Amino acid sequence: MRRDVFQAIADPTRRAILSLIALHAMTPNALAEHFDTTRQAVSNHIKILAECQLVKQEITGREIYYHFNPKKMKEVADWIEPFRKMWEVRFDKLDILLKNLKTKEK
Amino acid sequence: MIRKNEMIFQKDLANKKIFVSRNFDAPRANVWKAWTTSELLDQWWAPQPFQAFTKAMQFKEGGFWLYYMQGPDSTKMWARIDYEKIDAEDYFTQFNSFCDEDGKIDTHFSKMHGKNTFSNIEDGTKVEIEMTFEKVKDLHKLIEMGFELGFTAALNVLAQTLKAQLKIS
Repeated sequence: MRRDVFQAIADPTRRAILSLIALHAMTPNALAEHFDTTRQAVSNHIKILAECQLVKQEITGREIYYHFNPKKMKEVADWIEPFRKMWEVRFDKLDILLKNLKTKEK
Repeated sequence: MIRKNEMIFQKDLANKKIFVSRNFDAPRANVWKAWTTSELLDQWWAPQPFQAFTKAMQFKEGGFWLYYMQGPDSTKMWARIDYEKIDAEDYFTQFNSFCDEDGKIDTHFSKMHGKNTFSNIEDGTKVEIEMTFEKVKDLHKLIEMGFELGFTAALNVLAQTLKAQLKIS
């Protein structure tokens, strides 16, 4: 079964994993330290992310490093797009409020 | 008709910084008031379809704004903004954090620092926001929240657009 990318990023833990490795590549142990769940649970999430190509793994020496695949993420949507969208929607509301303040003053 | 001003949004994830800048067609005194008065913040701070509600507000150095955001599923998201330095109508710096209804800060996440600068431009005011995160953990909490808020907001806009289209056809 081919994994659905949107389903993959809908999970909060997987989004957290992505935001961590987006900053720099990490080993499974380093990554697991950031979560309260078991290493196995983290590794299952990684597997799902890897299946939809959001995460790539590279072996350096004896260590496995997980890398974020920005190309794939770009396909889905700009990574931080919803946060940007939040500010945009917020500012649209502020525009209306400021317009009302101006009208009141007149 | 409101001319929509473009928002500038830049991310520097490696340095854990996000910059947002936007112009407003309003005098600086009003823009400042909208950012620093709880009655006004309640009216715009939460993006649609969320609504912000103030529990406590003291806009002064060392003071804080305690509020929650509520969406259609009525879950309350508590947060507080602690004001650090204030230079009236010029800039203020703050720390954002998540908390419970009593304002007790959720220590799982270190605070996010923000600097909001206000300046005059022709026919209006420019607001520049610089957000700095101490730890990557904060960033994912924020992105997670942004996902929820932004996603709902985006869907809401979509729903309205679809509604409008249905009316036409």
